[in-house]
Amino acid sequence: MKSLLTRIAVAATTLGLGACSGTGMSSLQPEPWVKPYERHLLADPIMRFDRDPIASSYLHHVYESREGARGALGSGGGGCGCN
Amino acid sequence: MLIYWRVNSACTRPFALSRTRLRQLPAFALLSLLQFFPNVAGAVTLPEERADALYHRYDGDNVTIDGPSLLVRKNFKETVSVSANYYVDNVSSASIDVVTSGASEYSERREEVSVSGEYLYGKSIFSAGYTNSDESDYEADTYYFSASQDFFGDLTNVTFGYARGDDEVRQNGNDDFVEEIERNAYRVGISQVLSPRLLMALNYEAITDEGYLNNPYRVYRYLTDPLDPSAGFQQATEVYPDTRTSDAAGLKFLYHMPWRGALGTSYRYFTDDWGIDAHTAEIGYTHTFGPHWIAELRYRYYEQGQADFYSDLFQFASQDEKDFRARDKELSEMSSQTVSLYVNYERKIGFGPMDKVGVSLQYDFIMLDYDNFSDLRDTEALPGEEKLFDMDADVIKVLFTLWY
Repeated sequence: MKSLLTRIAVAATTLGLGACSGTGMSSLQPEPWVKPYERHLLADPIMRFDRDPIASSYLHHVYESREGARGALGSGGGGCGCN
Repeated sequence: MLIYWRVNSACTRPFALSRTRLRQLPAFALLSLLQFFPNVAGAVTLPEERADALYHRYDGDNVTIDGPSLLVRKNFKETVSVSANYYVDNVSSASIDVVTSGASEYSERREEVSVSGEYLYGKSIFSAGYTNSDESDYEADTYYFSASQDFFGDLTNVTFGYARGDDEVRQNGNDDFVEEIERNAYRVGISQVLSPRLLMALNYEAITDEGYLNNPYRVYRYLTDPLDPSAGFQQATEVYPDTRTSDAAGLKFLYHMPWRGALGTSYRYFTDDWGIDAHTAEIGYTHTFGPHWIAELRYRYYEQGQADFYSDLFQFASQDEKDFRARDKELSEMSSQTVSLYVNYERKIGFGPMDKVGVSLQYDFIMLDYDNFSDLRDTEALPGEEKLFDMDADVIKVLFTLWY
């Protein structure tokens, strides 16, 4: 768990450090900890937050019609999410 | 992309499915984010070339909404992607809002057309799109733009998006009624690879609405005599603020199991200046059976507090335009639970330009419980003492997909 929290914290600061990379602070940036050859499981279609955007967008639409909340429904995965 | 199921038509058939009291953001609320978040596994890429044909059906509270949604996407030279979507809602409604207003069941149709384009440049994707939604008494135009960039060895992706909506609100049976709404949505999202098995996504979205945010067909109720409920109640057109600003933040995780399965969970917090606070939590498990079958079971829980100006029964009528009044159940204190079961079959075919085909059957059972919205069909009780309203809904989606 400690490792996971550490990685989240590192990820959260990555952009900030990235902004400093042009100012001589690039040595502070952590190395990417997942190499390209370690990403085969992540490439599995079941590892998409939204495999069928057209269908999930429809369900989001149902919720927004029935509930007061809205927004922040972004999800990973390519493809179009219409409706 | 709408936003709310516009529903209602004619004064004689108020509020159907909803025209959700909250004219939720149209298209852009979903479109840009869904379209522009890159493939999670890292490395920004264009969306897949695919064609989808979806049949959707919603059935709940004597409201049926069904229709097709057709989506086609084509990529060019590995840097440009364009898509077009045509969507239809066929509405038939005799909801509690309709029957308690004395109106009769009605039917109507909403059509929506969307086009979008994406341009891949290095580790960035720039996207833009347009959506038009049209029905008898409501028209919405939405424009959006989004930019997405990979960082940190492609483990991190950041997306910024903006959407603008211009709506025209009309009222069937009243040709003199024409109002407008302007909507703006600002969003940022971060996708992060945490380990070879674990993904995380963090999204934030701020939305502002300005204009006629009422549903022109809906009413609130107030006691005829505040000292004597037995004298009954009267109804009047709702009085809404003309602005609304909301913030929502969501966090998602997706974990690949030691076998070919995935466990996902998410949480979203929502708050707005109407006084609504909401929490949404979801958990789902995806399992594969052989190379072709995927099954998914999900559970979603949602709860919200009421808007500041919501009441099931007011003591007095509104005194002026700033004395807000609403009795939309979507603004009440409520909760919902959803159980979803999806089954998907995919197979490579390698026939000409066609690469793969898939069919997906998806069923969602939604239970909604309202904590302070009375069922006015309970005419035996005194005002304010009616039983509370609740409802269930069945949502069915059948999706055919062709990848090429």
